[in-house]
Amino acid sequence: MQKTMTNKEYQSYVEKKTPNSKTGRNVLRAFLVGGLICVVGQFITNILKMMGYGQEQVSSVVTLIMIFLGALLTGLNIYDDLGRFAGAGSIVPITGFANSIVSPAMEFKSEGYVLGVGARMFVIAGPVLVYGISTSIVAGIIYFLLR
Amino acid sequence: MASKRLGKQTVMLQNPPSIISTASIVGPKEGKGPLRLFFDNIIDDEMWGEKSWEKAESKLIRETFSKVLQKADKTSQEINYVISGDLLNQCIAANFGLRESDVPFLGVYGACSTMAESMSIGAMLVDGGFADDVVCITSSHFCSAEKQFRFPLELGTQRPPAAQWTVTGSGGALISSKGAGPYITHITTGKIVDMGIKDANNMGAAMAPAAVDTIVTHFKDTGFAPESYDLIVTGDLGAIGKEICIELVREQGFNIANIYNDCGVMIYDREKQDTHAGGSGCGCAATVFAGFIYKKLMDGSLKNVLFIATGALLSPVSTQQGESIPSVAHAVSITTSLQQ
Repeated sequence: MQKTMTNKEYQSYVEKKTPNSKTGRNVLRAFLVGGLICVVGQFITNILKMMGYGQEQVSSVVTLIMIFLGALLTGLNIYDDLGRFAGAGSIVPITGFANSIVSPAMEFKSEGYVLGVGARMFVIAGPVLVYGISTSIVAGIIYFLLR
Repeated sequence: MASKRLGKQTVMLQNPPSIISTASIVGPKEGKGPLRLFFDNIIDDEMWGEKSWEKAESKLIRETFSKVLQKADKTSQEINYVISGDLLNQCIAANFGLRESDVPFLGVYGACSTMAESMSIGAMLVDGGFADDVVCITSSHFCSAEKQFRFPLELGTQRPPAAQWTVTGSGGALISSKGAGPYITHITTGKIVDMGIKDANNMGAAMAPAAVDTIVTHFKDTGFAPESYDLIVTGDLGAIGKEICIELVREQGFNIANIYNDCGVMIYDREKQDTHAGGSGCGCAATVFAGFIYKKLMDGSLKNVLFIATGALLSPVSTQQGESIPSVAHAVSITTSLQQ
């Protein structure tokens, strides 16, 4: 083909041709679902507090319950639909973190429990853990030095 | 000298082989799409009774292969070659699906261009007198493709509007030296074209220049014009790639807008089925060809078809290393009568 445009020209032409994501709609959905997940968390928090648990215990238990719910909904094939609807609204809360670990575990079960589930479980959450933990160490050192 | 060559990239077959049967099996989503009535078999669930998606995809190939033979009333002993490939690493769907076929096997990889690639090779083998009956077959599977190229299925992510949906399905065709058409008359083999698109969620835009290159080269090599065809159809450019293709071909002096379509656009109802830009995968071009287009050729409502399957030659590794997406498109010219 005689090139009628350079690669650069083609790339900017493609950019014009490609529709953008519906940001307004996506943000609204993320806000609603993300908010709803937090309301559920708060609801469980309040119930546990009413039952007389202390703040520290409540924080741990609520986290565990939310992770369980995220994992359960992933296993029931519901969380991916929620994610398609809500985007960041269901990725950011801790339920999304559970989803990111359970979903590859389910996916790679066909390759066995060691090389499949075990090895692939953290393909998505792995980077979050690596950089999350690294950042917390750096923050800890800075805090130690400034204290 | 090669006497059958025409121009830079085209061959003209002197003993045009016939496509004497085709078969297509698709997944549940494709079975709810606008072309559902044209497929031979629609499976109810994506596992199809197997233990993994990869096994299910192999089964798609295996069953399509036997259906192609059955419809032509042939046994596997009569087949000289089976040419096949798919999207999975090392083409395992084809390798395992045809393991028991007992037919000489040529494995090919052209990503989603595999159907046209295998038909090109098959037709040349038959025309050259090296074979009488060749089966060309390919498949893709939404779940196994997502697993290999993107994210786990159950991960809650949103797709951008340019993303495409991998077709679950397998299509096959039997190309024979004997038969009364539809005939394969010309083959234009594409070059690898890369215009620097890096977004693996916008494959249509990455592949469109390859399709344009092959279509325009086909016209120049053969002297055909858009009017020579009543359907020019690409494999899986999707809605965005389709539009780009029409515009870029027009820039080169050919107007195909009225007779052009794309299998990826045809196979789904994009709005209702939430498939964004449309279908993709080897199975997209293969099932639409083996299902819809072949049946339209047989009932006479289509007479001259240029079938161009388009492939994005990327891998997850090349994408992660920041490479752009090289693409290729192969064209097969099909006619129902040889007096042109």
